[in-house]
Amino acid sequence: MGFLSKKVNEFPTPYTVKAAVTNGGYETKLSMLIMGFGNMMHKQAAKGLVFLAVEVAYIIFMIASGGHCLAMLPSLGTKEQEEVWNETLQIYEYTQGDNSVLILLYGVATVMVTILMVLSWVCAVKSAYKAECFDKEGKHILTFKEDLKTLLHENIQKLLMTPSLIFIFGLTVLPLIFMICMAFTNYSKIDNHLVLFDWVGLDNFTALFDSNSILGSTFWSVLLWTLIWAFFATFSNYIFGMILAIVINRKETKGKSFWRFCFVLSCAVPSFVSLLIMRTMLQPDGAVNVLLRQLGWIAADSSLPFFTDSLWAKVTVIVINIWVGVPYTLLQLTGVLQNIPADIYEAAKIDGANSVQIFFKITLPYMLFVTTPYLIATFTGNVNNFNIIYLLSGGDPVIDLSSTAGSTDLLVTWLYKLTIDKQYYNIGAVIGILTFIILAIGALVTYRNSKSYKDEEAF
Amino acid sequence: MEEISYGSARRKRLITNTVVYVALSILAIIWVFPIIWVVLTSFRAEKGSYVSTFLPQSYTFDNYVKLFTDTTILNFPKMFGNTLFIAICSCILSTFYVLAVSYCLSRLRFKMRKPYMNMAMVLGLFPGFMSMVAVYFILKALGLSEGGLIRLALILCYSGGAGLSFQIAKGFFDTIPVAIDEAALIDGCTRWQIFWKISLPLSKPMVVYTILTAFIGPWVDFIFAKVICRANADYYTVAIGLWRMLEKEYIDSWYTCFAAGAVIISIPIAALFMFLQRYYVDGMSGAVKG
Repeated sequence: MGFLSKKVNEFPTPYTVKAAVTNGGYETKLSMLIMGFGNMMHKQAAKGLVFLAVEVAYIIFMIASGGHCLAMLPSLGTKEQEEVWNETLQIYEYTQGDNSVLILLYGVATVMVTILMVLSWVCAVKSAYKAECFDKEGKHILTFKEDLKTLLHENIQKLLMTPSLIFIFGLTVLPLIFMICMAFTNYSKIDNHLVLFDWVGLDNFTALFDSNSILGSTFWSVLLWTLIWAFFATFSNYIFGMILAIVINRKETKGKSFWRFCFVLSCAVPSFVSLLIMRTMLQPDGAVNVLLRQLGWIAADSSLPFFTDSLWAKVTVIVINIWVGVPYTLLQLTGVLQNIPADIYEAAKIDGANSVQIFFKITLPYMLFVTTPYLIATFTGNVNNFNIIYLLSGGDPVIDLSSTAGSTDLLVTWLYKLTIDKQYYNIGAVIGILTFIILAIGALVTYRNSKSYKDEEAF
Repeated sequence: MEEISYGSARRKRLITNTVVYVALSILAIIWVFPIIWVVLTSFRAEKGSYVSTFLPQSYTFDNYVKLFTDTTILNFPKMFGNTLFIAICSCILSTFYVLAVSYCLSRLRFKMRKPYMNMAMVLGLFPGFMSMVAVYFILKALGLSEGGLIRLALILCYSGGAGLSFQIAKGFFDTIPVAIDEAALIDGCTRWQIFWKISLPLSKPMVVYTILTAFIGPWVDFIFAKVICRANADYYTVAIGLWRMLEKEYIDSWYTCFAAGAVIISIPIAALFMFLQRYYVDGMSGAVKG
């Protein structure tokens, strides 16, 4: 969370762009225009050529397509696809219209390429200045081969991190920026803006916050349920898992590994499989209702409304989440419990503490201290818990037929319904952003107030 | 007097123990019950999803045979092959990413370290598939959304973000004493040699854990595969196949096969999980330092 604390540069270097501008010689200043020129002048021909090649490639890219993409970005395309009657062939031909999605995607990608270019420009200038200084001071200037060799030692992080950074930027950051941009457009099935759309500013946000409209009221009810769900799902799992872990870990309990095995067996089954099984078991004619009928607990023709009644469905998903989640909690908390130093307990016993006092004064504070990051991660995970809702209830039951969400829909599953089923891409993107904001605020507040954040350097 | 209090304490303990065992047994039955039920269903001879009896009337092995031989409607062997291929490739890639990134973050101090960790945290707060539609557009723009390249697209999707989930592996690397690295540096090792010849061999449990979790991912993911494969049934993974078996048009004839498929993919994952359980606990308690 560096952006909140005061910024301290831990890695000072004399070779900055500012220094290059003020103190650099003509070859360094020239390499601001012709990247790599300074390196070529100072026995680093290969390195200089690489910089030059990057610059040339960027210029070619901008002329060939990048410039066009950037120019189209503000308007997102204006030409509609049109039917034109071709007199000679006697057919209708379609003119190539603008496709706003592609324009936006290419535009965002071009902006990212440009940022990359600026970074490599900074790199080139610094490197030219460094080479110049080294040459003046008579120090040894690394040859290209030696430069490559530093990738295995001093600069190994560049070698090891670059591949995964490329993928992260290509497949996580770029799509996210793209989706965030969508939130400010009218890309939606409403009024048929699926091919050609425009920037609309904050209209989507105001539409969602307008509690008089159907969209606005749905949003508030879904948000409320999401928070209730995340709270109950996180803490029911945590408390239940903790009780279970403590009971199994008791000195008197025999067959610890057998009991643990029984519970852990269920997380060996992939969660989507067990969720689908649960869903079929809880259908009106599913196994559970059949069993209850055979036992005579409910009438032969009736069934419990697990997913057909709003309140029942909400309780059902929370209970099933306990079934799915507790084994994981059990595993993790068992590890934590076994790590509590035994001498603390002994000291407490000698001082005459009873087991309730020991639990509230030692076990619980210790667990909370160690597992706060885990709790936050679980809460976040539950707000974004797509699988359990989508696979179990699918958001059903739908009470209000005019709204797009059912009564167990979370923000994420609603987002899915809006984008994939309804193709309201812009509203979906707005919901994604709002989910992020809610989570970010929550995580920041709890994280910074937790003991484990204050004491732990690594996070 | 002392005799009596000793006896009552023993009785009290007996009662608590009985209560604990009864409660644990009931809970264990609740947790194991659905799993036994799906195993029984996979051997059930009667077709159809909804039956009037809870336990099967007669048992058969046909569901497993049908799953692997009836390839006309839902080609399960092909889906199995697809998933295996995707899982192996993405496993190799993401293991490399995770180990490389977590080694750097744990052992080295460089300028981008803190920003990178912050970025990973911020990205983790976005709903996972918010960007999924956009990923699909990107893959389409790259020409990876048709034909055999769908496999490549899925591999990229599963391994692409791996570098962001470094926490557990980093926590493990943190526990290896820095003194070992320093000794190696004095002996003239390069950082690369330390990574490859010292740190990795020392963290075998972590490497195994990373490999296996990466391998399991494609078997259990369902949403990504569905969004990217769309209607290309030739490249479906096992997860979509199982999902489709429960759709209205298939559920009557394929329901017991679904159970069989679920058992088949659960067995290797269950085996891995049993084997991994130790590392799972270790990794977690190592990652959050008390």
